[in-house]
Amino acid sequence: MPPHNSERRLASGNEAVAQAALDAGVALGTGYPGTPSTEILETFDAIGGRAQWAPNEKVALEVGIGAAFAGARALVTMKHVGLNVAADPLFTVAYTGVTGGLVIVSADDPGMASSQNEQDNRRFAVAAGVPMLEPSDSQEAYDFTLRAIEISERWGIPVLLRMTTRVCHSATLVQTKGQLAPPAPPTFVRDVPGRVMIPAYARPAHLRLRAKLAEIAAWNESDGPTQIVDGDRVLGIITSGISYQHVREAAPRARVLKIGLSYPLPVEAMRVFAASVDRCLVVEEGDPYLYEAARTAGIAVEQKPEMYRFGELNVGRVRRIVAGDVSPEPALPAGKPPELCPGCPHRNVFEALRDLDCIVAGDIGCYTLGVLPPFSAMDTCVCMGAAIGVGLGLRHSLPAEQARRVVSVIGDSTFVHSGITGLVEMVYNPPATGHVLVILDNGTTAMTGMQEHPGTGRRLDHQPTGRVVFEDLARTLGIKNVLTVDPIANADAITRVLREALGRDELSVIIARRPCLLAAGAIKIREKFNAGQ
Amino acid sequence: MPGSSAVVNVVVAGLGGQGVLKASGILADAAFRAGLDVKKSEIHGMSQRGGSVSSDVRFGDRVFSPMVPAGEADLLVVLAASQIEVARPVLRAGGILIHPGLVDETRLANKKSVNVALLGALARHLDLADNLWHAAIKAALPEKLHAANLQAFAIGKNP
Repeated sequence: MPPHNSERRLASGNEAVAQAALDAGVALGTGYPGTPSTEILETFDAIGGRAQWAPNEKVALEVGIGAAFAGARALVTMKHVGLNVAADPLFTVAYTGVTGGLVIVSADDPGMASSQNEQDNRRFAVAAGVPMLEPSDSQEAYDFTLRAIEISERWGIPVLLRMTTRVCHSATLVQTKGQLAPPAPPTFVRDVPGRVMIPAYARPAHLRLRAKLAEIAAWNESDGPTQIVDGDRVLGIITSGISYQHVREAAPRARVLKIGLSYPLPVEAMRVFAASVDRCLVVEEGDPYLYEAARTAGIAVEQKPEMYRFGELNVGRVRRIVAGDVSPEPALPAGKPPELCPGCPHRNVFEALRDLDCIVAGDIGCYTLGVLPPFSAMDTCVCMGAAIGVGLGLRHSLPAEQARRVVSVIGDSTFVHSGITGLVEMVYNPPATGHVLVILDNGTTAMTGMQEHPGTGRRLDHQPTGRVVFEDLARTLGIKNVLTVDPIANADAITRVLREALGRDELSVIIARRPCLLAAGAIKIREKFNAGQ
Repeated sequence: MPGSSAVVNVVVAGLGGQGVLKASGILADAAFRAGLDVKKSEIHGMSQRGGSVSSDVRFGDRVFSPMVPAGEADLLVVLAASQIEVARPVLRAGGILIHPGLVDETRLANKKSVNVALLGALARHLDLADNLWHAAIKAALPEKLHAANLQAFAIGKNP
């Protein structure tokens, strides 16, 4: 955040969460980079917090749970699809509860500015039974992070903070509040029935969870962060998150109920509000979550037409929703699509894959742009790590002459995130035609803005630490053919090595290693600096 | 709506790597230093890889949505000539287009300062004092770039 002396600052939602975490005495921030969440931990580190990247969101949440079990306050950050990866610990930490405050940031991406889907993670709060706060600007991102810590510690329950792209990446004014009282110093307190979820202990834990949620729901009705903006009774709008900002502008005379804690919902407040207006409309981005909850409770509300379920809302779209306008929306001129940078080391690999007519099971990162011309060299992209499993499934099922063309392509950070178990699968259930895995190792998590990962040997703050060496890992797992190629210095070798690997009915791992052009300078400086320490 | 007539809507557009977000950040900071309510919106991630990038800045007594509604930008700053037609629909009727042709690039001490030079051209249409702009430019850039960018701003402001 800019170092102004005035009381208010202009800060992004992500920066505001980091500042609140610092002010709340969060002892550990962990997560995996993912747009639009990445800057939270980077900022937390920059302003003096302890922040670290985990290999993936599941591990990050588990580390956060351990810290919170110890009594420390913990912040775990991820993008919306990261919560899928972290779902396993999420659903059970709801049962165990926590001692120190545990805040889990889910940064959703309605409109898919930089994501493979636009899932609405409010559904996760319901499914897991975890309270969820939804800020609508940077001030609320700050305030609700503090609230999340308070709720988490008062009820001994993890809390989800649902951000969305426009809350994460919009800069708005923030007034900080000073520091929360610190928690008791961490110490181990044995609580076997509370922390060990064997069925005999999990059954009462589930009952405890539902009792906590009932208490929180009652608190949300009377003291929760719900806000009513008075206005004409002709139109009432129930809304939450960024949609609230669009509503205030699109329907300036409407009476508005803004929900802050969107799980468990303040259903009675919604009922009273709906009864106070002639027409009550729910305006929400994404799934009809508030609408369905209202209807289930027997509250008469209208929902947005289905066409507005897709993509982000904005002032123009909310005006149309209020007017019930379902005419086709005007198409805006298409901008220039993103592309692999000129000189990007991935380019030569995708040219080779294209020229060899490979069937490419791809993955998530800058290199997903290999799908576009002039490469057109990617055939599948599902989720982090899927390149390997999907490639193996194709190999198992296609006729042999097609199976021999299948290549799995994954980036270095993505490989560490969730490709390693795929590699184990490759060794354990090898296709009859063998398989070829290409790891595009550009030495950074490029797509999200050049973050470190376990394969770089540097921590979030760029200091040296243990490094996972892909060649050693692959050989240790029993892969016969492990080759490393520099796709820029030795561009011809890529095609040759690929052709040879495709011609063998064996398992091959090809590591195409060359630093990302955008990161190369910084990587060189860090390597030199760390070597000199 | 209360205060809405006082809200100024600016969109900065260009290509990834041109300094679109740096420019919108400087504008937002200058408006903030003027004591106004400010919101700035931008998109990160895949769209930045050489593709079209745009950022919205809104300021006034009270700003709600961080995004400028289509067809309601008072001012549009475009850093790449190729992006003018792509971005133009955000501009309201009678809105002002600030385009790269307004600045003589050969006069810039640093060619990368086109974004700041165009902020200078933008400043001619906004009621924000020069000292606020200068402070915002200095806060956004490392010291070694201050002189070149203050020069670029001046060239844009007084061509």
